[in-house]
Amino acid sequence: MGTGELGRVYQEGEVIIRQGKTGDCMYEIQDGKVEVIQEISGKEVRLAVLGKGDFFGEMAIFEHDVRSATVRALGEVRALTIDKRTFLRRITEDPSLAFRIVERMSHRIREMNRELARLKT
Amino acid sequence: MQIHKTRKFDSKKHGLHIKLKTSGLNLENNSRVGVIGSGPAGSFFSYFLLDLAKRVGINIQLDIFESRDFSAPAPAGCNMCGGIISESLVQTLATEGINLPPSVVQRGIESYTLHMDVGRVVIDTPLHEKRIGAVYRGAGPRGIKEKKWGSFDGYLQDLAMEKGAHLIQARIKDIGWDDKWPQIKTSTGLEKEYDLLVVAAGVNSPTIKLFQNTDYIPPDTTKTFICEYYLGEEGVENCLGSSMHAFLLKIPRLEFAAFIPKGDYATVCMLGKKINKELVQSFLENPEVKSCVPPDWNMNHKACQCYPQINIKGSKKAFSDRIVFIGDCGVSRLYKDGIGGAYCTAKAAATTAIFEGISAHDFKKHFWPACKRIEKDNRIGKIIFFAVGLVQKVRFARRAVFRMVIMEQKNKSGRKRMSMSLWDLLTGSAPYQEVFWRMFHPFFFIRFFWNIAVAVFPFKRKRFQKRTYGYR
Ligand SMILES: Cc1cc2nc3c(=O)[nH]c(=O)nc-3n(C[C@H](O)[C@H](O)[C@H](O)COP(=O)(O)OP(=O)(O)OC[C@H]3O[C@@H](n4cnc5c(N)ncnc54)[C@H](O)[C@@H]3O)c2cc1C
Repeated sequence: MGTGELGRVYQEGEVIIRQGKTGDCMYEIQDGKVEVIQEISGKEVRLAVLGKGDFFGEMAIFEHDVRSATVRALGEVRALTIDKRTFLRRITEDPSLAFRIVERMSHRIREMNRELARLKT
Repeated sequence: MQIHKTRKFDSKKHGLHIKLKTSGLNLENNSRVGVIGSGPAGSFFSYFLLDLAKRVGINIQLDIFESRDFSAPAPAGCNMCGGIISESLVQTLATEGINLPPSVVQRGIESYTLHMDVGRVVIDTPLHEKRIGAVYRGAGPRGIKEKKWGSFDGYLQDLAMEKGAHLIQARIKDIGWDDKWPQIKTSTGLEKEYDLLVVAAGVNSPTIKLFQNTDYIPPDTTKTFICEYYLGEEGVENCLGSSMHAFLLKIPRLEFAAFIPKGDYATVCMLGKKINKELVQSFLENPEVKSCVPPDWNMNHKACQCYPQINIKGSKKAFSDRIVFIGDCGVSRLYKDGIGGAYCTAKAAATTAIFEGISAHDFKKHFWPACKRIEKDNRIGKIIFFAVGLVQKVRFARRAVFRMVIMEQKNKSGRKRMSMSLWDLLTGSAPYQEVFWRMFHPFFFIRFFWNIAVAVFPFKRKRFQKRTYGYR
């Protein structure tokens, strides 16, 4: 890891968050790629590949539920953890901090709708 | 309340009178905003104002005036600071989509080393992750051999310009009011009138004196000391590593001092009362300080040094119709995370201007509460620093703190109340209020007093000294 690189490095194939486990943080990818996988009846389905500037694990911050998917490093990945407590404190002081997250989540819903429509036709 | 008309200069005569379209005290399409200063406060404000304006669908013409050139080394490009970007700010900026790149961050900090006369102890970052950045505000110290990293202030300025801010590289030398519109005049003779004037000039320039006949009340400040030593990348790695070295030493008038590792240099930062050459010398000659530097280190071989002012009590009135003071020249966080404070006030001013309006009433209702929250927290911070000052003076109290931290660091599973309190206090990662409540927790008290008893009791102390931690 370079002297000025922030966050933590995960090696190829390393699981960053695991489906079904509880979590109290989200992650912002600083460098590299991760795959988002859902395990359905013992089979792995890749839902998405995320890269630099993307975030994941945000659902654990808003919901009191376990992680809905597993996120695994695709090659070497550097990610920064964002604590639930820090995030929620800041967001109560400044709700506009949530704009970017809401924007991305809305973008993901749009993509899911498109995928759903494709599957239904 | 209104800022009185002080020096009114005739902009029509100077041929640059621009008729503004805005009628009420709101920002509308094509409103003009002038920002004095492109330090963190000015650049954050410009970035967020333009971002929010785009979201609500209005076009704002924003000029930032900056007298420094952040690509230049030494004072010409530097806003004199320790250059620590706090854990909470790194996370908040990442949430905003601003990920500080390794081309700007010279070193990710992974621990704090607390030096006291009774010993030293390393407090690791809670998640064993680098979430604190050490940066240079400008291009580096005087005589820098090779520019390997970019300026932090330059990076933020570029972000603001990418959003559409127009940079005017000039110093504002006069302020006036034409009817109710603020006007500025630069050293290059340019005059302009704005719907909103944002003052982000910090406390280290004479700019805030331009407002002395107005109802703006400037913050209280005190003198500090910063200097830079060239150690080379290897030297920094070997002597300091990726740890910020904080010193709680019993030196009269010294409140806090730190050695901050950068790329090729180490920054020394000192806060205290009436800092002068003698105080600096007595700190640099301290054996605990000398243990952090190479044996052939010469304390007189500084690359750069300065005595900047720091905001220690925020402005009591930092807004009026069409004008708002953000960052250090308004309200800032006490001693720690001033850049985080600049972010908070800049963001509060930007959201107020876009969503609420730009009258004194709007700023009082929507911007001022964010400043008051910081000021309230600073008052709690003062109580904590008073307590830390007492610990600094009493040897057995220092021993008790040291012992408690060592025990906590060795015990991997238990709650680390002292370590976490010191971590948050030294890094500025959490509000002082949170540190306060952690410190005034009954368990914390019981443990602390138990450790004081152990530190005072000579038999125990002897055993403690021999066995584990190498008391001097
Ligand atoms: C010794 C010391 C150590 C510190 N360490 C840290 C630290 O480690 N971490 C941290 O977060 N904070 C630290 N701070 C605090 C931090 O430096 C300030 O809180 C922060 O710089 C405030 O940002 P600002 O934008 O309000 O002001 P500034 O950074 O001072 O920026 C003001 C800008 O306005 C420009 N300007 C002023 N007047 C004019 C004019 N008339 N025309 C055009 N341009 C003008 C200046 O050139 C400058 O660029 C430290 C402060 C001191 C004194």
